[in-house]
Amino acid sequence: MGKTITEKIFSTHLRDTPSPGNYVLDIDVVMCHEITTPGAILDLETRGIDRVFDPARIKAVIDHVTPSKDSKTATQAKILRDWAGRHNIVDFFDIGSNGVCHALFPEKGFIRPGYTVIMGDSHTCTHGAFGAFAAGVGTTDLEVGILKGVCSFREPESILVEINGSLADGVGAKDVILKIIREITVNGATNMVMEFRGEVIDAMSMEARMTLCNMAIEAGGTCGICPPDQTTAEYLFPFMKDEAGSVEGLAECFRDFHSDPDAVYRKTFTLEVADLAPQVTWGYKPDEVRDIGDMAGTPVDQVYIGSCTNGRIEDLRAAARILKDKKIVAGVRGILAPATPKVYSQAMEEGIIKIFMDAGFCVTNPTCGACLGMSNGVLAAGEVCASTTNRNFNGRMGKGGMVHLMNPMSAAAAAVTGEITDPRDMI
Amino acid sequence: MKEFGGRIIGLDRSDINTDEIIPAKYLTEINREALKPYLLEDLKLDGFDPASDDLAGARVILTRANFGCGSSREHAVWAFEVNGINMVIAESFARIFRQNMFNCGMLAIELAADDIARIFQFDGNLTAAVEVDKGVLSISDGTAAMEFSFTLNDFERDLVKAGGWLAYADAKY
Ligand code: SF4
Repeated sequence: MGKTITEKIFSTHLRDTPSPGNYVLDIDVVMCHEITTPGAILDLETRGIDRVFDPARIKAVIDHVTPSKDSKTATQAKILRDWAGRHNIVDFFDIGSNGVCHALFPEKGFIRPGYTVIMGDSHTCTHGAFGAFAAGVGTTDLEVGILKGVCSFREPESILVEINGSLADGVGAKDVILKIIREITVNGATNMVMEFRGEVIDAMSMEARMTLCNMAIEAGGTCGICPPDQTTAEYLFPFMKDEAGSVEGLAECFRDFHSDPDAVYRKTFTLEVADLAPQVTWGYKPDEVRDIGDMAGTPVDQVYIGSCTNGRIEDLRAAARILKDKKIVAGVRGILAPATPKVYSQAMEEGIIKIFMDAGFCVTNPTCGACLGMSNGVLAAGEVCASTTNRNFNGRMGKGGMVHLMNPMSAAAAAVTGEITDPRDMI
Repeated sequence: MKEFGGRIIGLDRSDINTDEIIPAKYLTEINREALKPYLLEDLKLDGFDPASDDLAGARVILTRANFGCGSSREHAVWAFEVNGINMVIAESFARIFRQNMFNCGMLAIELAADDIARIFQFDGNLTAAVEVDKGVLSISDGTAAMEFSFTLNDFERDLVKAGGWLAYADAKY
């Protein structure tokens, strides 16, 4: 019987089967940020086992609230910083080099096809874009990961999501994933890996694949995963030159991490995207989604462009297409948080930052910021935000606030008009 | 092993997420006890008041499908724990929340949708008692009791007995 990509990764990393259906895997990369890691660090200290399994396989970043906003967040940052220092964690990113974890770590070439990756963050599923098994975990799993380099998982079942057709201008990976969640619901993929395949995936950049995989968790998925191909090889070649002489050679190696033709899936979901319109959430759950036309005219107070979902260079370019030579309408606040310093400086070189600033956007440093309602643009009760982030939960960006999730062009269009607007009318 | 059982509070809704269980603004707390007053502060549920005595005296949560979805924050599990709630009974759980419960040596019990509905219909002040080894849960209103069986595999039972994944993994790997 054939195997899925995920089953192949499970079998190459299997350390133990503590009972049938439970698998303890060796972990290639354990990633840490300053919100969920300090609890693990302090607990290890309390137990007198303040050790790390392998400093080279641990990556850490201060990204959620940076620069720190108060004594408590400064303390969290300090705990992570001091710990990274005393354990010689070389890949530690602090002010000046830090950015949103799920955008920063791939950019550094840390994620490779066939890897197992964990982080104390649910959007770790993003890294499956590289053909890795990457799962969000809680602080205890993270703690064991740091100490022992292992993590336990249940049966690696997959749902095959096949996406065909080609996307219209103004419609992107965000709309594809919102549409999928709309169809399969917020627990349609619970305990399963979402394996994305089809023409649309083949044509997508790594950035777009990351956007897609990023929201697998919003359907309950353990991980999103894309078969690593030529596009993956082009992205990773600068980091993997020693392993293959050419991009083509690297792409060939990556074929080991494709599912077999006779692999078995728990279920299959197919989507044809030719007629797909930009999607927008209307409620407090990520499956409460409508076509943008059905939400048009909804007034917004703030527009937020950034996050691990849509804060990459392509997203900024897309939004800038709408914003060029335009102004944010009076009464609306615009915030841009480029996801990483590289994205930020690239956007400066390309003149994108100027377009945003001329339009009246506030450009912040790379950080999670308002995405989780901790800093940099928290909403007041009753306020509405058009946002490129991934969660519209009640209170997510501030108590009593309402978040409408959408793609970066739709968000930019809302900034210009002050209400939810189909970006296709503005290109 | 932790103590399980006691007074039940029902949260009659599906898809309750961990932002609702503990909002992100409290994730700056390093001390778990500090989370205590904020449990379920942002829960969107008609008639539910996080400040009520119902929640204060509760030891068990009864809820519907996909409980604990969203953010991976283990703070959601800790916020229950510091409030004396060591057990959640649901139709289903989000993966990370469920795993966090066992990782902390706590019990996440899944029952069929019909059984959950029957318990919700059972009026009055309910208490739960559990026999972890036998996989038996009994729900009582003081006069009558209903029994349900639930499944835990050996690994999950071992985690509960060890008091969590760290103790288990440190001894074994
Ligand atoms: S940008 Fe938002 S969703 Fe992404 S890691 Fe940061 S807080 Fe989480």
